[in-house]
Amino acid sequence: MIEGILIGIKTALSFQNLLMVMIGCFAGTIIGMLPGLGPMTAIALMIPITYGFDPATGLILMAGVYYGAVFGGSTSSILINAPGVPGTVATSFDGYPMAQQGKAGKALAIAAYSSFAGGTIAAIFLLIAAPSLSKVSLSFRSPDYFGLMILGLTAVAAFSSKGNFLKAMMMCVFGLMLASVGQDTLSDIPRFTFNTMNLSDGISFVLVVMATFAMSEALTIILKGNDPTKAAKQISLTELGSIKLDKSETKKMVKTIPRSSILGFIVGVLPGAGATIASFLAYGMERNFVDEEEKQKFGKGSVQGLSAPETANNAACSGAFVPLLTLGIPGSGTTAVMLGALLGFGIQPGPRLYETNPEIFWSVIMSMYIGMVVLLILNLPLIPYIARILAVPRTFLIPMILFFSVTGIYLMSFNNFDIFLMIGIAVVATILRLYDFPMPPLILAFVLGGLMEENLRRSLLISDGSWSFLWDRPLTLCIMLVIISIVSWQMYSSFFKKKL
Amino acid sequence: MKINSVKIISLLFFVLSAFYLYTAHQIQVFSFDENAPFNAKTFPIYLGYAGMFFSGLKLVLPDQKPVEVDAKYLEFKKTTLLVLAVIFYGFTILKVGFFLSTSLFLVFSYYFLGERRWKLILIFSFPFVAIFMYLLHGVLQVYLRDPLLKYIGIMG
Repeated sequence: MIEGILIGIKTALSFQNLLMVMIGCFAGTIIGMLPGLGPMTAIALMIPITYGFDPATGLILMAGVYYGAVFGGSTSSILINAPGVPGTVATSFDGYPMAQQGKAGKALAIAAYSSFAGGTIAAIFLLIAAPSLSKVSLSFRSPDYFGLMILGLTAVAAFSSKGNFLKAMMMCVFGLMLASVGQDTLSDIPRFTFNTMNLSDGISFVLVVMATFAMSEALTIILKGNDPTKAAKQISLTELGSIKLDKSETKKMVKTIPRSSILGFIVGVLPGAGATIASFLAYGMERNFVDEEEKQKFGKGSVQGLSAPETANNAACSGAFVPLLTLGIPGSGTTAVMLGALLGFGIQPGPRLYETNPEIFWSVIMSMYIGMVVLLILNLPLIPYIARILAVPRTFLIPMILFFSVTGIYLMSFNNFDIFLMIGIAVVATILRLYDFPMPPLILAFVLGGLMEENLRRSLLISDGSWSFLWDRPLTLCIMLVIISIVSWQMYSSFFKKKL
Repeated sequence: MKINSVKIISLLFFVLSAFYLYTAHQIQVFSFDENAPFNAKTFPIYLGYAGMFFSGLKLVLPDQKPVEVDAKYLEFKKTTLLVLAVIFYGFTILKVGFFLSTSLFLVFSYYFLGERRWKLILIFSFPFVAIFMYLLHGVLQVYLRDPLLKYIGIMG
């Protein structure tokens, strides 16, 4: 393990990788800050650029973008009450009122320090937990993996659907359907190709992620251009106030950060939960911990009310890497995008990753910590300048997103068919978004489709076609029981609870 | 049952799933694989049924959270024209080349979306694309196909 850590430090501290972390954090902050564009869009836009690098560098760049985008999302939450990502919605509860009171600089500093502390503590947890979990996960069999993938999909559908569980499950199935296009991996039999060579290799992951996030995001912004509810409430972006914290504020944060970090990390590890749930839970938990006087300040500019969700969402981002790196199963839409990129590099994350590719496994963990430091020392002093990015007119923003989306596909295939297919999927995704059909389950299902089919194939062949593999092993049975509980609870709360 | 846009989308998804299921049954597998516990069409068949099941439930069950989209605030015309511009861009990028088609697409999109500052429009089109191409092609060694620049002799 020590040897692995040293390899990771050496790889992460190479000049090129350090530069990538910085570029990633900076680019992620800028993209994440733009309302409507979250980490998934930011990472998707970066994928074509990572083609030119080795896998470790590419992944380090994406990890930097991820953290930067989460931090950037907090900035737009605080300054214009427009969270770039759902994970920073809770940040706006107290961050925006602070900004309205003329303490925007202070609010941004609290967010930066909390993000740094939460991310750092969680990176240490990850350092300890990941190898241990890798060893445990070596005992997993195909039925367990199949069960875990169903669990991941169900959990993401349950948590990302905001009460629209059936819509989310439809998106899961849609993602799996898209993943099934192309030649069958074992027999090479063409499926759903409609006799066209363009579909024989299947639909590319980059194409789907660009279409459903970057491009459809841009089209949605244009489509909703006249919607008065979408108008951002602007505060002065030039007068942000001091970023210095006084003693009492620091003292309050010292109490909040450790408990929110632990909560955030644990929630992040759970499939599907992620930064959004972590930040809301941390906000609620913190409200219960503080005294009556501080409780009254919640929602009106409380330091702890801002620090808790910011700490937790960053800790959850690190936690989300645990199932990705140790099991090869992403727990969130963002880590699903990263898994897709890893598979594109020819790397299969899983329990053996830290033995077969220790430089990737450890350098990503190390670069997370470096990313936190970069975010703090690079972004905090630059906040007054970076904040002006929020004023970028959409007349420039939208064409740029469309240009990067088309270029990404063009660089990959030099094929008109892929560009048109991407536009088609983007139009469908835009309509689906309009009616609250969530996209993260679709991406997660698309990425997991091949692995799911492979594990189901092995499980069914071993059990000679019997579905008893779902309850033969205690571990698989436990996973299935959790899935049944989630589905039952979702159905109950969607269709019966409100009627009572 | 009240018919709304979500129900229509669910119905379309139901039809798509049924078509998917039909196509899955048409997949030709090897004769020795026909009766195997798992072959190339097993998983797609399950997916077809799952799609019909979930969309069927969405169709039949009442909407607990109806989505209300006010069409009068939506910019259909602008979005459609922009999509057509992207399609045209996608069509010309291989024929005309990356540099010219991208620059013209950017100029058109900026102008179409309401930008009238020509200095900015020109800076963020031709020079911007040239720098982008240099970074990608020259620095990162990512191949960019541009028949026009190749013909002129700028690109190798």
